[in-house]
Amino acid sequence: MDVRSTEFPRRADAALKDAGLQKALGNFRRGFPGRRAAALAALPEFDRLRDAARDIKNHTLAHLDYYLEVFARNVERAGGRVHWCSTAVEARAAVLAICRRAGARTVTKGKSMISEELAINDHLEAHGITPVETDLGEYIIQLRREAPSHIIAPAFHLNREDWEESFRRAHADLPAERIFAERRDILAEARARLRERFLAADVGITGANFLIAETGSSVIVTNEGNGDLTQTLPRIHIVLASIEKVVPTLEDCCLFLRLLARSATGQDMSVYTTFSTGVRRAGDLDGPEEYHVVLVDNGRSALIGTEFQDMLRCIRCAACMNHCPVYGAVGGHAYGSVYPGPMGAVLTPGLAGLAQAAHLPNASTFCGRCEEVCPVRIPLPAMMRHWREREFERRLSPPVVRRALGLWAWFARRPAAYRTASRLAVWLLARLARGRGRFAAFPLAGGWTAGRDLPAPEGVTFMAEYLRRRREGR
Amino acid sequence: MSREAILQAIRRGLRRGPLPADMRAMLAHRLSTHPRHLVPERARGERAELVSRFIAQARKEYATVTRVPELAAVPAAIADYLLAHNLPARFAMAPHPELFALPWAERPMLKPEARRAEPGDAAALTLAFAGIAETGTLMLPSGAERPTTLNLLPEHALVLLKASAILGGFEDAWDRLRARHRDPLTDGFMPRNVMLVTGPSRSADVEQTLELGAHGPRHLHIILVDDDSPSEA
Repeated sequence: MDVRSTEFPRRADAALKDAGLQKALGNFRRGFPGRRAAALAALPEFDRLRDAARDIKNHTLAHLDYYLEVFARNVERAGGRVHWCSTAVEARAAVLAICRRAGARTVTKGKSMISEELAINDHLEAHGITPVETDLGEYIIQLRREAPSHIIAPAFHLNREDWEESFRRAHADLPAERIFAERRDILAEARARLRERFLAADVGITGANFLIAETGSSVIVTNEGNGDLTQTLPRIHIVLASIEKVVPTLEDCCLFLRLLARSATGQDMSVYTTFSTGVRRAGDLDGPEEYHVVLVDNGRSALIGTEFQDMLRCIRCAACMNHCPVYGAVGGHAYGSVYPGPMGAVLTPGLAGLAQAAHLPNASTFCGRCEEVCPVRIPLPAMMRHWREREFERRLSPPVVRRALGLWAWFARRPAAYRTASRLAVWLLARLARGRGRFAAFPLAGGWTAGRDLPAPEGVTFMAEYLRRRREGR
Repeated sequence: MSREAILQAIRRGLRRGPLPADMRAMLAHRLSTHPRHLVPERARGERAELVSRFIAQARKEYATVTRVPELAAVPAAIADYLLAHNLPARFAMAPHPELFALPWAERPMLKPEARRAEPGDAAALTLAFAGIAETGTLMLPSGAERPTTLNLLPEHALVLLKASAILGGFEDAWDRLRARHRDPLTDGFMPRNVMLVTGPSRSADVEQTLELGAHGPRHLHIILVDDDSPSEA
């Protein structure tokens, strides 16, 4: 997995100064949390459903080998093929081999995070096959050669002017004097342009929100209908799915469907939830003649049995990033990973290695909102702490941080010295603040005081105050 | 062989070998009995309650709903809709026996064509297998009698839904499919494709603002036939 998370501090800094992005983030913060809250208010059983969903995922992960075998058997029974791929290299090769055998020139694509993780598009392009993203958000970022900035709203960082500019450049054959008076004009142009692509494609590639072991089905959840056109019109349908997407039965899937859209967009149900099972049947008038599932591990099995196993419960709803103050301030690109926000801060080091992504588990205020809203109750803050511990153990953190932590640890292990030192510091700082109660500037804390004052201690330490109150019997 | 490599890696993580036979039998039993989990209150209720919940939910998701008292009234309802939206009288129709059986002769102007949808189609009619009240969702399984493209390509997707096919929750709809559908290829119950459709196609990708009519139908019109109860309001 190609990540640029080592650049997080620089990218975050740039994001904070990017006026266009900050405008888009304003829309973003106003939208998602309120819509989710309204949807939850209409489903009083939501929390109990979350408990059940967590339990089903745990059950499935504990028997993952069994359910994957059942799934694969049922895909084959329905005339499909399963391609087991341990690595991204194998998965890319499997997709390319299917496209080549079909003599494919263009491939339409439904939105898929695993496709981003595997960088399928670059691989196809390098071998002369044109991939066309058909989700509206994915389409525009493909035109702009950008990465998605959010796992369900990949282009939320763009404003209307950006769309118009990109469409005028990419659709140069259309009259230059046409006007984009409203958002629907943008939508209409994309719809017309992509219709041609759907009809011309030889292969359609989608992801999968779920795989159903019982029936050998892959499930996609979309609002636009692009995923359905992608998998219905071309002769060949390829499903890209990672191994943890499998759930045992349709009834298990119902549970997740009740949580997914509500947590993600605040809808009770997305517009299209589609279950695909194998190839076109005798007598069918439409549907693909070939059905392939490229089943990808790419580092996930290595998380099983570790303190990060719970991350494999994730259903990619994006509620964690929609409620994250850090994500809400800097957006998705700063993370330098296809998986941003809290879930990305845990998953990216797991898939790409901690050395590549050590900043991400630190990009958190530990406010706990992500865990609070997670529909499958993933303890995201605890797992970020695990990564921080590993970062320290492996000496990946910068020397200044390590020395400061070492100094603090020395005092923390010696209560008497700690109390003396803190009493001294509090007295000194209170004197230095000279009754103003705050510092406008402070050595080594320029980053803090540039934006706000640093409050000064008011005289006594917590322990001194605590002991005094105990003496007075309060 | 990657299949073995992946399965081995999973078992290594779980600190065990392949599952013993009794464990496998237990899991197979769970698959064959597919137990339900908690089904929310809103997915339950009397028929009349479910029908009105279905209508309210579908409208909330921007579908339009017309209620007619009997199957014989369906061609007139379709003619009215096409006229109101200035659409041609020629439209694609699912080759389903129940749709063939409608009294089309009473509306000789209408030209239903039994086929899959084609790119230029303005309107298409299909028959819902079930309606799901909890979210106002239509269940549309694929087959020779219900081509999938009818749900996707036209600007106006018209769907005939019988009130007797309105059920409470998703689980009820799957039960109905398990009971009534045989797939010729797998001998199971799943057809190639099952779409659960809730409202017309939409996108909020431009500035987080909802617009209808992304890639699929811009309009979803449900003609609800009261085939099992006296019509109400």
